[in-house]
Amino acid sequence: MTKIIIACFLFISFVVYSGFIYTRGTANNIKLSGSEQKMIAHGKQIYQQYNCQACHQIYGLGGYLGPDLTTAWSDPQRGKYLIKAMLISGGNRMPAFQFNNEQTEAIIAYLKYVDTTATSLKPRIRQELH
Amino acid sequence: MLTQQQLPLSPELGKSYIKQCYNSDKAALAFIAMAVSYLLLGLTFGVLGSLQYLLPKFLNNYLTFQKTRPLHVYLAISWIFTAAQGGLYYYLPRLSNRKLFWLQGAWIHFALQLLTSLAIITAFFMGYFGGREYLEFPPFMGIFIAISWLPFAINFFGTISPQFKTAPVYYFSWTIGIVFFYITLSESYLWVFDHFNNNVTRDITVQWKALGSMVGSWNMLVYGTSLYIMEQLKGDKKISRSPIAFFFFFLGFTNLMFNWGHHTYIVPAAPWVKTVAYVISMTELLIFGQILFQFRKTISNTLKYYYSIPFRLLSFADIWIFLNLGAAIAISIPAINFYTHGTHITVAHAMGTTIGINTMLLFASIFYILQQQKPGALNQKSSWIGKGVLITNISLILFWTSLIGSGLVKISARLENKAFAVMMKNCEPFFKIFAISGIGILIGLAILIVTVLALVFKKEHNLPLHIDSNSLVEMETEL
Repeated sequence: MTKIIIACFLFISFVVYSGFIYTRGTANNIKLSGSEQKMIAHGKQIYQQYNCQACHQIYGLGGYLGPDLTTAWSDPQRGKYLIKAMLISGGNRMPAFQFNNEQTEAIIAYLKYVDTTATSLKPRIRQELH
Repeated sequence: MLTQQQLPLSPELGKSYIKQCYNSDKAALAFIAMAVSYLLLGLTFGVLGSLQYLLPKFLNNYLTFQKTRPLHVYLAISWIFTAAQGGLYYYLPRLSNRKLFWLQGAWIHFALQLLTSLAIITAFFMGYFGGREYLEFPPFMGIFIAISWLPFAINFFGTISPQFKTAPVYYFSWTIGIVFFYITLSESYLWVFDHFNNNVTRDITVQWKALGSMVGSWNMLVYGTSLYIMEQLKGDKKISRSPIAFFFFFLGFTNLMFNWGHHTYIVPAAPWVKTVAYVISMTELLIFGQILFQFRKTISNTLKYYYSIPFRLLSFADIWIFLNLGAAIAISIPAINFYTHGTHITVAHAMGTTIGINTMLLFASIFYILQQQKPGALNQKSSWIGKGVLITNISLILFWTSLIGSGLVKISARLENKAFAVMMKNCEPFFKIFAISGIGILIGLAILIVTVLALVFKKEHNLPLHIDSNSLVEMETEL
């Protein structure tokens, strides 16, 4: 009986904790207009459709063959134009997906949004670099 | 030394000449054959992927890394849960002393899983993706996986009528494994709702949460199986019913539910998410301490049961548990995690767990079953099996070390603000070791896989048959 009680207690804790994670624990203050939201969602959809995460990471989730893209947009060594060039022409390892302009802009909007959320990461990176 | 001696029959092997048969044994063996086939394919795509690290244009026109990685990941994961399911189809009737609840269900499960796998592999080859870590196939295929697991769940709960007061710990492990597979599979698809999809912090956090716990659910299936085998090998039923066994089960269960958080230190979620993650991660120190405490016992048992193939595999798994748990605890410390996260050190941990722990434990389960089903044929192959196990483990040490090496190079490059291409160039020596040792793992495990397949399809005729009063015996086919 004790075992069942412990198992139930742990499971209820899991359910309650999950509820907090799904709501308060992951709330953010970024305000987006309807059109921005739509563009970002489209960019994310393309990112998933082409399985970009096989090679790239966002917040550490994904493959290692390509660079992490969490802060790619604001990275002085990369930024919007390098991302755009890679999306159109590819690179040594990256296939040339030949995305059209609309797709390219959507992916960039998504990466820009991800970068904007990376508040916990950027101060530490700057601190490490200087 | 391990491979220079002809391995004689172990005492356990002798016992297994008294052979029990259930009508579900064929299904169990079919699942084992399917599982090792997944492994062989998964290893092949893994080796191809590792070569693409060294030769960026390798197969780039036909099979890009965009395809080889999901193929490798999906097949490797399928190997783990299919081998565990095959083991359960074999153990459940023996544990409950009655035939499988729904035999046709086991075959329906087999057919559904085969069809689902074919559909997923075809989707990958054709370039249809869902683009989510681990679940890289189109989202609707997740429903096929959920459906294919249903007959398995029905058989599990239908075959064992639980007596909770006396139920061994592995029964709880298997139950949690099945229930949480469904919970985490559902959770991993929450992103289809805007509430999750439109908030990257929430999406990534929930994804890490679901995947971390999903891995825990497979581990529960695998560890439950290893506890069962350990009990059978030692012949001591008290171990799996002792308070200490349940204490560590509940600690493992807590880790399954809450220990995903150390992956999210860099995600801008609320600070308390990280605090909970860190506290839970540190409870693993208790498990680590227990392993250290048990280590001497393990060594003495290894000598005692040296000639038992399953026990030798369990002992190798013990060493890998020790190494990987040490690594897991280290990378759970936020100050270390900041540097190691997103590097190949995380991959080293994942590969050490998948190959060193889960694969060793699952082969222990498979050879335990074959030792009972085909003892004569297994004895003839024991020298080959020893070689395969040794090649795999030596290669895995090199593989693991090369991943940690390339992780350290990445950390150094990040601190020096070097470009990604420069970092990849600096990693090349480690990538070479990684690719070569990957081929070594493929060779080592291929020896085991081929042996398993040969034994599964081999008929053994000259054995006395013990008929259990509650078991169904297929005498016509076996004799």
